[in-house]
Amino acid sequence: MMINIECYLVVSTIMMFAGIYGFFTRHNMLAMLISVELMLNATDINFAVFNRFLFPAMKEGYFFSLFSIAISAAETAIAIAIMINIYRNVRSIQTKDIEDMKW
Amino acid sequence: MGATFETIVFGVLAMFIIVMSVLTVTTGRIVRSATYLLFVLLGTAGLYFLLGYTFLGSVQIMVYAGGVVVLYVFSILLTSGAGDKAQKARRSRLFAGLVTSVAGAALVLFITMTHHFVPATGNEIPVETGINNIGRMMIGSGKYEYILPFEAVSIFLLACIVGALLIARKR
Amino acid sequence: MEYTIFILILPFLSFLFLGLAGKWMSHRAAGLVGTLTLGAVAAMSYLTAFLYFTAPRLADGTFATLIPVNFEWLPFTSTLSIDMGVLLDPISVMMLIVISTVSLMVHIYSFGYMKGERGFQRYYSFLSLFSMSMLGLVLATNIFQMYVYWELVGVSSYLLIGFFYTRPAAIAASKKAFIVTRFADLGFLIGILVYSYYGGTFSFHPDSSMLMAGGAAMMPLALGLMFIGGAGKSAMFPLHIWLPDAMEGPTPVSALIHAATMVVAGVYLVARMFPLFIVYAPGVLHIVAYVGAFTAFFAASIACVQSDIKRVLAFSTISQIGFMMVALGVCTSLDPNLGGLGYMASMFHLFTHAMFKSLLFLCAGCIIEQVHSNEMSAMGGLRKYMPVTHIAFLIACLAISGIPPFSGFFSKDEILTASFNFSPIMGWVMAIIAGMTAFYMFRIYFGIFWGTENKELHEKLHPHENPLTMTIPLVILAGITCVAGFIPFGQFISSNGQAYHIDIELSTALTSIIIGVVSIALAIFMYMRPTQPVADSLARKFKELYTAAYHRFYVDEVYQFITHRIIFGCISTPIAWIDRHIIDGLLNFSAWSAYATSDSIRSLQSGRVQQYAFVFLLGALALILLLIL
Repeated sequence: MMINIECYLVVSTIMMFAGIYGFFTRHNMLAMLISVELMLNATDINFAVFNRFLFPAMKEGYFFSLFSIAISAAETAIAIAIMINIYRNVRSIQTKDIEDMKW
Repeated sequence: MGATFETIVFGVLAMFIIVMSVLTVTTGRIVRSATYLLFVLLGTAGLYFLLGYTFLGSVQIMVYAGGVVVLYVFSILLTSGAGDKAQKARRSRLFAGLVTSVAGAALVLFITMTHHFVPATGNEIPVETGINNIGRMMIGSGKYEYILPFEAVSIFLLACIVGALLIARKR
Repeated sequence: MEYTIFILILPFLSFLFLGLAGKWMSHRAAGLVGTLTLGAVAAMSYLTAFLYFTAPRLADGTFATLIPVNFEWLPFTSTLSIDMGVLLDPISVMMLIVISTVSLMVHIYSFGYMKGERGFQRYYSFLSLFSMSMLGLVLATNIFQMYVYWELVGVSSYLLIGFFYTRPAAIAASKKAFIVTRFADLGFLIGILVYSYYGGTFSFHPDSSMLMAGGAAMMPLALGLMFIGGAGKSAMFPLHIWLPDAMEGPTPVSALIHAATMVVAGVYLVARMFPLFIVYAPGVLHIVAYVGAFTAFFAASIACVQSDIKRVLAFSTISQIGFMMVALGVCTSLDPNLGGLGYMASMFHLFTHAMFKSLLFLCAGCIIEQVHSNEMSAMGGLRKYMPVTHIAFLIACLAISGIPPFSGFFSKDEILTASFNFSPIMGWVMAIIAGMTAFYMFRIYFGIFWGTENKELHEKLHPHENPLTMTIPLVILAGITCVAGFIPFGQFISSNGQAYHIDIELSTALTSIIIGVVSIALAIFMYMRPTQPVADSLARKFKELYTAAYHRFYVDEVYQFITHRIIFGCISTPIAWIDRHIIDGLLNFSAWSAYATSDSIRSLQSGRVQQYAFVFLLGALALILLLIL
């Protein structure tokens, strides 16, 4: 049995929607961030897979994934810095506690 | 035979990743969540290896599994107090999220399955791309070479370093 | 004659200077600035008149129409533009003399009359503004410039009537004057628009090709509307109601604005458009005549019973302006020998009337200054105390009554001749009104200077002659009144511009003299003695008529009824209700519904990222569904 492109896409789709589910339901901001990481990772997989199966001669998706990894790392760093800052100020990173920010 | 081996490896990896993903978002403890995330990322790296993108896979392991997850764990430890254990979400909200996610996943899967992909010919053998080659492509300025994003990401990372320091520093 | 532009600029500068810097000036300095400016203007006017009327006539025997200054102000199209400039022709030069003379006299007179009043500088700056606007009105090169200055004149009149702004009556009077004339000016403005649309120009000579192409048919409408504006300014019935109330202003102002200059602007307007009236709208000209005649009679009958001397003079003014209108209206031709005599007569009467009526007002001012009242009951027997005023007043009364050799005789005689030429009925009506004029003028003359003396008041106030600043203008104006009749007016102004020799028709002259003398004799018989049994019994006998006339035939009450009951009550109140309840209600409802809607959906803006993302995902899924279906 061949491993075709759909198999990979199924995996990434499930990963993606797991992330979405987590993003909706978690109350901890770090957990939400982890969900975001899941989603990002799913897209990375997709890029790599598309590149590999549909356009193997070129490296577009490959490099896109590469840069995406770099950028998501940076995003994580910033997000965590913000959270630590929030935690310092309100002593919590639960979403309900920082709803005051909207006012 | 190779194909069969690959199939087995892929099946194991896929199951692993799916289970870990779901666990990541359903587990109650945040530390466990981070740990499951680590497994997911490692599994993803495995997928990359399977695709033949070994460099991408190693970057995935180094940056994600090695860097980001460590960062998560540290920050969890830094911020975890009483809120370590996630509060129980309201049932209706959980349900809504679940239904929507499942519906969305079903929709996307439906599209994926019904869409007719046109695979490029001769893709059976994974073509290994040398790191040397990748490095040249990274700093070249021709077609399919990526000096501009490379530099942009460099500056972006620098900005992130500065920004993160600025935000997180104690006053 | 480019210097004529300074006739307009100088008073304007004086207005600005006194208005802005007057606060820091002494009364004397402010008065001097205003008076000297006006003196310079008067000197320039006389020079202009001299140069203009001594210049050689054109080949057809008319004086050249000069436009020494003109510039384009607002160009609308390549052919239609509003210009500003100075136009010199016989009537505008004549008006220059009238305005600058009376204005100068009033400026000098006000030194004494307004002495020590609060706002003395303001008074002089307003006088300068008025002089500038009035001169600009008569010197206008086109109908629109005239309209601009026309409104400026209205504003200055408003300001000066309401000069004593602490008196409610003065404020009400100024508002009344402004609103009534403004209302009439609406007609003027529409008339100008019609005129310029169908005549293709704002100038006094419409484009003949436009008139050929159907414009001529619209000229009666345009000119009739313009006459409404003129009727408002000149206080023709039924728009006369503002003028008697305008007497609330300082008396010199009444002399200048409400007797000599501004109120004759309507006459001037009709005279200005006279060639068009004659050619295109003779019917409208007849309306002018009938309105003028009725107003003259109406005002004269009211003047016979009023006891406030300024009111009498105000109604007399209305009546005399009616004479001028009649004189213009009875014209049937441009040739003064063939029915165009009235034009000259009207302008002549305008000239002489300006002099003797301002003289009357200034005399009235002298008297009021001494007895502190406008009512005749406070006067009587004043001839002993104020001889100069007495003589001046008498001269003016004789002039207005049409007794030779005073100026009024000559001009009124021409008007009567013109009226008799038009129709005998009109002639007799005007002759009778002239008799009424003589009667009511001598009624107040005797009431002021003879009759029963109010000894009580006079012992307290010690009336005496006023200072020289007030009596000198009286003497000058009296002198002019004595000699103005001998000016060969027809040589300068006539309906076709050619020299016209006035010859006094013996029968008409005798008729008017006899009527005048009889009326004066009647007045002597009724009012000269200390008690007035005849007048009282007449007043008792015709009680209703007397009361009605005393209340000015209730025209003000009719206006009050129309405005308050009909317009306010039947139209404004329902509209106000609709505005308050329906229009406001709609607005309130829309505001309330916007508020309610946003209040109900504001929970969507929860600030929770997860909720936003959830909605976003739902939207994205919906889109995907749409795309694949």
